[in-house]
Amino acid sequence: MLHLRNLARHKIFWPLASLAALMVFNLFFTPNFFSIEIKQGHLYGNVIDIIKNATPIMILAIGLTLVIATKGIDISVGSVVAISAGFVAMMLGGAVDGAPAVPYAVAIIAALGIASIAGMWNGMLVSWIGMQPIIATLILLVAGRGIAMVTTNAQIIWLYTKPFAVLGQGYFLGLPVSIFVVAGLLGLTMFVTRKTALGLFVESVGINPVAARFAGIGAKNIIFAVYTFCGFCAGIAGIIVCSTVMSADGNNAGQGYEMSAILAVVLGGTSLSGGKFYLVGSMVGSLIVQTLTTTIYAFGVPPELAQLVIALVVLAVSLMQSHKFRTMVFGFFGQRESAL
Amino acid sequence: MRKNISLFITLGLFILMFGAGSVMFRGFFSMQNFFNLLIDNSYLLILAVGMTFVIISGGIDLSVGSVLALSTMLASSLLEKSGWNPVAVIATVILVGTTLGFSMGYIIHTYELPPFIITLAGLYLARGLCYVISIDTIAISNPFWQLAARSQISILGTGFISPSVMIAIVLVASGIFVSRYTRFGRTVYAIGGNEQSALLMGLPVARTKILIYMLSGFCSSLAGIVFTFYTLSGYALNGRGMEMDAIATVVIGGTLLTGGVGGILGTVFGVLVYGTIQVLIMFQGTLNAWWTRIVIGFLVFLFCLFQRIMETRKGAKKKVVVPA
Repeated sequence: MLHLRNLARHKIFWPLASLAALMVFNLFFTPNFFSIEIKQGHLYGNVIDIIKNATPIMILAIGLTLVIATKGIDISVGSVVAISAGFVAMMLGGAVDGAPAVPYAVAIIAALGIASIAGMWNGMLVSWIGMQPIIATLILLVAGRGIAMVTTNAQIIWLYTKPFAVLGQGYFLGLPVSIFVVAGLLGLTMFVTRKTALGLFVESVGINPVAARFAGIGAKNIIFAVYTFCGFCAGIAGIIVCSTVMSADGNNAGQGYEMSAILAVVLGGTSLSGGKFYLVGSMVGSLIVQTLTTTIYAFGVPPELAQLVIALVVLAVSLMQSHKFRTMVFGFFGQRESAL
Repeated sequence: MRKNISLFITLGLFILMFGAGSVMFRGFFSMQNFFNLLIDNSYLLILAVGMTFVIISGGIDLSVGSVLALSTMLASSLLEKSGWNPVAVIATVILVGTTLGFSMGYIIHTYELPPFIITLAGLYLARGLCYVISIDTIAISNPFWQLAARSQISILGTGFISPSVMIAIVLVASGIFVSRYTRFGRTVYAIGGNEQSALLMGLPVARTKILIYMLSGFCSSLAGIVFTFYTLSGYALNGRGMEMDAIATVVIGGTLLTGGVGGILGTVFGVLVYGTIQVLIMFQGTLNAWWTRIVIGFLVFLFCLFQRIMETRKGAKKKVVVPA
């Protein structure tokens, strides 16, 4: 019993347990959930679909985890996804013969650049001007949707440049290409945050910005950097989204992504009040969100009702994270936690 | 005078924009154009009144747009599919909205959870309930509703407004009265200034906080009813992004997002500015309507920047006053 309690202390336990519970539920109630076959030279099945569809959220969650760790939030990521998708589509051009107007690399780098600039804008507002993160990013959320629509001239741009589809629809070594993008980004971020002091700096800024500043940490620069990185991640996600559907819809692209990503980060163990962050936890959280959505669809529940279920999940998770709730309901658990 | 500088800036901005429009476009400068601003944005005004109280207290309510949509769906479905009478429908819809607000306020306060997350859950919940009622639009043919939608109240012969505007004006007036001349109003400002201090002072913080979210829910459902007067239908996709519009108008109106400062009058001017931008772009004709979003975003930025500068200057002044 002591072992189990120690295991439960590990932050990654609850996210993994929730994911496992969802998987078990599907094992019993969804036919062929775990069946994986090889079709057209790659792995094929429900589980693979979940992983593939979760990749944009996973990428957003990586950037958001660091932002939330600094006690901030970025609700503009959905709009930045739309801007990035619109930009890359506009640059590649909708030529019916499939010839890109500019080299793929140029379009991708330009879109990533724009997205990073958006991130820098948010970072400037929060770190330099000192605005509250929710309002600073609210500005880009509102204005960004407008920018995306103006970029695409309020039309849906369709792409016929076949090689571009590899990013969102292609497979490499049997697995979706996008998952390798996630793996690469995750690996890079984990390396930079865990193997250098940067991760520690991010956490300390989130726990106590004033103390961090007195300790000599350049809090403003750290905050600026994490928002820029978040914008960069949104850029990558936008490109993958565009590649998956081979089109850019300035109005609908990225709608609601910020909420799913924030939920994924929160489910993964990172607290909204900042401090310790768990990148792997956010990945698990993204999978939970995607599995939940897929499970709901598999049951024939209309997509609109899926939102209702997600609302209940958000509520349940928040209550579990609330110290007061745990103390009221699970008396002993609450007492064991150190006062924080 | 100092305290109200923000208010004057917003009012000035509105006058500037309206003036610019009058100069640039023929037919812009008319009382009816001004009244149309009120008619078209009465729902936003109502939403923003509720949102003002929430933001002054230092919180936020992301569910207002969805509760508005839920109200439209509930109203239209009860009227058309169940044949209820209008008074019962209005009472029920308002009750539902207020109860939702109460639930959110209760959870936020009792379990000390961030308003952002709980009202976000409320957003999804209300939106989901909308779809449960119906995915399609429900048109309203009820005669009372038709009367409310089509009535024109003449104002001294210079133009006309709709009943919705009257409702909005009454709500705004009540809001200004409550915020300035009642204990509830003062407590809201106190909580926004410093919740701990308010608690220690013995103010009924718990009750007030829950009441604030109830008020926001009430305003959202009332705004929903007014919206059905405007569109004569219920549609589950209504109100997407409206919460952001409401927040934007409150910020442009001079209410500090950190809470404790601001007021409903400022919000009214904020809504007028929002409406004017839309009308300006419409009159312009060639600009993509989406430019409204960009301009609003930019204005919110400017006002927040201004607020920050005022804040830091106040802070610097305080440091100088401390005796050696």
